[in-house]
Amino acid sequence: MINRARIDRLGFWLFWPGMAALLLPFAGVRRSRIALPDAQSLSNTFGNWGYVAGAVYLAVLLAFVVRLSPVWRVGLGGLLCVALVLVTGRGAHLLAPDVAPYGRVSPGAGAWLALAVAGLLWADAMVRLRPPPLWRLATGGAVLGGVCTLIASGYLDDLSVIVEYHNRARSFWSEARAHILLALGSFGVACLIGLPLGLWAAKSRAIRGPLASVLTGLQTIPSIAMFGLMIVPLGWVAANVPGAGAIGISGIGMAPAFLALVLYALLPVVSNTEAGLRAVPPATEEAARAMGLNARQRLWQVEIPLALPVLLTGARIVLVQNIGLATVGALIGAGGFGAFVFQGLGQSAVDLILLGTIPTVALAFMTALLLDTAVALCRKDHR
Amino acid sequence: MIEIKGLSKIYNGERVVDHADMQLETGTITVIVGTSGSGKSTLLRMINRLIDADEGTVLIDGQDTRDMGLDALRRRIGYVIQDHGLFPHWTVARNVATVPKLLGWSAPDIKARVREMLETFQLDPDRYGPRFPHELSGGQAQRVGVARALAARPDMLLMDEPFGALDPVIRAQAQDELRTVQKQFGATVLMVTHDMAEALSLGDKIAVMNAGKIVQIGPPEEIVTRPANPFVRSLIAATDRPFRRLALIGLEDHIVSGTAQGPAIAPDASLADALSQMIWSGRDALPVVDAQTAPDAPAHKIITLRDVLRLGQAQ
Repeated sequence: MINRARIDRLGFWLFWPGMAALLLPFAGVRRSRIALPDAQSLSNTFGNWGYVAGAVYLAVLLAFVVRLSPVWRVGLGGLLCVALVLVTGRGAHLLAPDVAPYGRVSPGAGAWLALAVAGLLWADAMVRLRPPPLWRLATGGAVLGGVCTLIASGYLDDLSVIVEYHNRARSFWSEARAHILLALGSFGVACLIGLPLGLWAAKSRAIRGPLASVLTGLQTIPSIAMFGLMIVPLGWVAANVPGAGAIGISGIGMAPAFLALVLYALLPVVSNTEAGLRAVPPATEEAARAMGLNARQRLWQVEIPLALPVLLTGARIVLVQNIGLATVGALIGAGGFGAFVFQGLGQSAVDLILLGTIPTVALAFMTALLLDTAVALCRKDHR
Repeated sequence: MIEIKGLSKIYNGERVVDHADMQLETGTITVIVGTSGSGKSTLLRMINRLIDADEGTVLIDGQDTRDMGLDALRRRIGYVIQDHGLFPHWTVARNVATVPKLLGWSAPDIKARVREMLETFQLDPDRYGPRFPHELSGGQAQRVGVARALAARPDMLLMDEPFGALDPVIRAQAQDELRTVQKQFGATVLMVTHDMAEALSLGDKIAVMNAGKIVQIGPPEEIVTRPANPFVRSLIAATDRPFRRLALIGLEDHIVSGTAQGPAIAPDASLADALSQMIWSGRDALPVVDAQTAPDAPAHKIITLRDVLRLGQAQ
């Protein structure tokens, strides 16, 4: 008998949804990209091999119910995720000829649920393993690299999202560039404005309150309204300032979206700069003055290095927020992954929505991971 | 020599430092004692111009501090505060190198100086140099703070309650060490404390401050035996005065010939130490033996209770 103490709680509770995934459809087959899906089970797809795959899957889930060491759980969870993706891709390959050439095969509810369960088990194991920061970053990079390799290998080519990607490969990468330019560029500009403002607010009590009110006010404007509001002033600038149109400024497109993102980013940049600088211990600050460091030396050698973890935390907030918000920019013609989302919404084409959503989430996730690593590394030296 | 002349600081119409005059001889320790709010820390900070004086001047070897560049002035003056103020993101070695680096010393000179300073403060440079301040004990951090202040051979050392955060045992060690290092470097020290015992044991000269004014300034014996006013007297609690006084007198000069039983006392102890041992062991004389030469040799030199009582009398 399995001792009660040997049962892993998360593994136990995830076992049930994991099992339920077998009862849900494995794949959805549609005659066209917007038709309603026709559900297919694992055994319909793979014949008897489907039962074998289901049994192996259940056995692995059962293994997670037992207390294993985190290393085993990470390995097993990772293998399970990879296997699920491969099986889904293979299934799509087997089902695709039935509905060629216009039909689509997408993962069904069961496949998504199984992947979510496996992903949770793996992520939980990673957390328990507590890898050092650089290892976490390397793992994130390896997962991303693995997914890209898998897509490039063509093994998943029959999955509807990948079909959608191949149909739009060229515009996908130009929208990706637009998205990154929008999110990173507006962050850069927000830093150029926000860092000096934050520095000023940290040194001067008088400016702190009013500045925070204005920036908080900006933050409360709903994003769709903000993007819309930017059209008016920039349209005016484009029409009335000579040369503005020539450098790409117009009422719609990249410029208003960029400006809106800059405005949203200002509050976190300014408040984190201010908080970081004000958290420098007074004794350290006084010692720096008494040692004869001048104002610039104090700023660059003492204040900024000590505020860096908080500054990087602010950068993480802003970048993740910008990567998400940049999606909305597509509404006013700024491009980015949002373009696929809104096209997909307009055409009721789920695959297209996913084509816009998945890279956005992946980009935000990798950025957060990168900055978390940077914060962890620069906190390591001092407390 | 550092001369402080008519130094005043006024906040909201109130003179927190009121016409302070003082002379610090090169190579001596001067201690400013006062209650909190007496203006002693403000006075200290006006010397390296962390606070600008409203009236009066500070002269270093005859030169007015206002005529020197602010940063240049501060790089000539070491500074130690209670919370050590070490830079938490720099290693111990980098902390000690702060001012030499600002002064543009060459890398080998800085490296050698950092080693020398850490060795002076009994911190193995190879072991402690690469550590970060949060990896040090309170006493070690304070020593690094003093080493950092002395690294660039400053004209003088300002210390604001430097040992205030240390426990009594560590504090006594730190005081001993400061005395040794101060003699070794011939440093001119101005220290602020609220602890009269610390002032009496460290100071060549003591200045007592009350409500912004220096009410008495003089050698420790004078403060103990001839307090200028009731405030100074109250700082040295009346019942403690004879002991304070005896603590300032070494017994070496008062040894007489004779014999005495029991454990001996070292010749560099104070009369207060001798009295304390006599009371504790119920003897009226103690053998005086240099522990290093012969701990168990028969003693012919003694210190007597009669002499201790006579020397402790009010004059």
